[in-house]
Amino acid sequence: MNSKSLNKIYNNSLLGPMIFFAVLLCIPLVTSSNYVFSILTMVGFYALVCIGLTTLTGYAGQISLGHAAFYGIGAYSSAVLTGTYGLNPWLAIIIGAVISAIVALIVGIPTFKLKGYYLALATLGFGIIVFTLFKELSSITGGSNGFFGIPSISLFGFEFITDISYFYLIWIVVFLAILFMRNIIHSRIGRGLRSIEGSEIAADAVGVNLMSYKLQMFVLSAIFASVAGSFLAHYVSFINPDLFVANTSIFFLIMVIIGGKGNIWGSIVGAAIYVLLDELLKHYVPLLLPNVGGEFEIVFFGILLVLMLIYMPNGLVPQFEKIVSKFKRKPSANSTLQSISANATGGDNK
Amino acid sequence: MNDKRPILSVENLTKVFGGVVAVDNVSFAVDEGEIFAVIGPNGAGKSTLFNMITGVLPSSSGNVYFQEKRLTRKKPYQIAQLGITRTFQNLEVFDNMTVIENVMTGAHITMKTNILTAGLRLPNVKKEEIRIMERSMEALEAVGISHLAYELADRLPYGSQRLLEIARAAISNPKLILLDEPMAGLNSEESRQLVEVILKMREQGMTFLFVEHDMETVMSISDRIVVIDNGVKIGEGTPEEIYQNPQVVAAYLGDEEEEGVEAYA
Repeated sequence: MNSKSLNKIYNNSLLGPMIFFAVLLCIPLVTSSNYVFSILTMVGFYALVCIGLTTLTGYAGQISLGHAAFYGIGAYSSAVLTGTYGLNPWLAIIIGAVISAIVALIVGIPTFKLKGYYLALATLGFGIIVFTLFKELSSITGGSNGFFGIPSISLFGFEFITDISYFYLIWIVVFLAILFMRNIIHSRIGRGLRSIEGSEIAADAVGVNLMSYKLQMFVLSAIFASVAGSFLAHYVSFINPDLFVANTSIFFLIMVIIGGKGNIWGSIVGAAIYVLLDELLKHYVPLLLPNVGGEFEIVFFGILLVLMLIYMPNGLVPQFEKIVSKFKRKPSANSTLQSISANATGGDNK
Repeated sequence: MNDKRPILSVENLTKVFGGVVAVDNVSFAVDEGEIFAVIGPNGAGKSTLFNMITGVLPSSSGNVYFQEKRLTRKKPYQIAQLGITRTFQNLEVFDNMTVIENVMTGAHITMKTNILTAGLRLPNVKKEEIRIMERSMEALEAVGISHLAYELADRLPYGSQRLLEIARAAISNPKLILLDEPMAGLNSEESRQLVEVILKMREQGMTFLFVEHDMETVMSISDRIVVIDNGVKIGEGTPEEIYQNPQVVAAYLGDEEEEGVEAYA
């Protein structure tokens, strides 16, 4: 037996991710519109947050309504450490991630001692507290006016300034994050997490420490959100607390639901659809209904969330996979069945 | 070290639910390598006893010691880490995984991969995965369902799911396996298969404690038996002794399970 047999359980092939990213990185050959790149870069930031959040939701079964806070902690850590103190941006990203991890531990430890959906409540409150801090600690964060002049990020002498350079940067990070998360899911850790969903009592009985696993996933998802926030800060060079309100946390959750909770690729799909719909709404709603305020977004996405949960609770990507596999399996269904039953009788004869 | 030190001792274990005493001052000790059974009529307190030993329910008083270590107030996962695993009366396979993944999850506590090494997929993570997969395959072969390894656990027939639970419980090399009514819901062929597996594993040095209803199995494979009725221990001994214990016969065997006793006699 070797790693080939391992592939019978887990698809660890690099082919899929490579093709996807090769196509993505070829987009600059087709267009040079800064608008397109700025949109795709935003999708990248959101996707990075969602990769962590979808795993927390789909595998650890926990709902966080406070990931915008970690997104914000990353952004403000980077802003303050590089803008005010002149630290190296990469070092600032790491410090921001460490701060987010520690904060996640502080929120998570007491919460996970309780059974049920207390994380949702705890993170909702926590998100509001963090938002208030961003706003009120104006001597550090610039308060409601925002934080100006965040320096750009550079690597080996190359400075990331243009939209297209950030597009490359964030999507390479997303690529690495996807591989990292997939590796986790296809391992002891992933089985431990899935066992909780399969049967909590049996997971406990085989020695899986449920609380520790939920906590670890929460911390990891906080780190992902924080890193995304850090890159966002360098990209837009100006941040204000309104980017990190509770609504943002809910939008992250909506992206996760659209793509399919627990589906890593779904986080990219969810982020892309969210950004696309959001842009369309911003363009067309004022044309159709000139008197409508900014609240239509939350109404629209609220309705979308309800419809998704009723008609497609597993999200778009699993739905799509189902359809594809239906078409794929039809011709070979008989032969697979035969080989299974042949194996079965072979086993009985032993 | 071949003195007969008990591997598990239950001392004056008691559970009170509200005003009802479900388990009343029960004591017994299981020796290493034994197949030890707890029997009793429905509602006698067997499951409560079992749940206290595995840490699912806290005891009201009394203690459980496993190899001199006190289990009382330990969490189920901590008890598993000490070397006690179990199966479930109402089957608790991980229905969202394949059969082999179920067994691999049973090996959880024997593995070292953490979230960071897993994410980076370091070479020793891959090695460990392959090693555990091979061992899991062997465990499935031992219980005779290796041909179903890549099936979703959910799709297995009832009897195979029970065998899967045993493979999952055995993969981590525990010192004691607790079986909660292992024969429940099995047909006679499946029961025979299961008995074979248990006896084979005992030969390799495994200790079993089980709660069972099926008298035929209890009498044929147990080394020693404890009988409880209304939460109280009313007898203990070898199958022969239990069969001759008038109190036991009156309380349990006599009126309810005559067929079982006759089959044994």
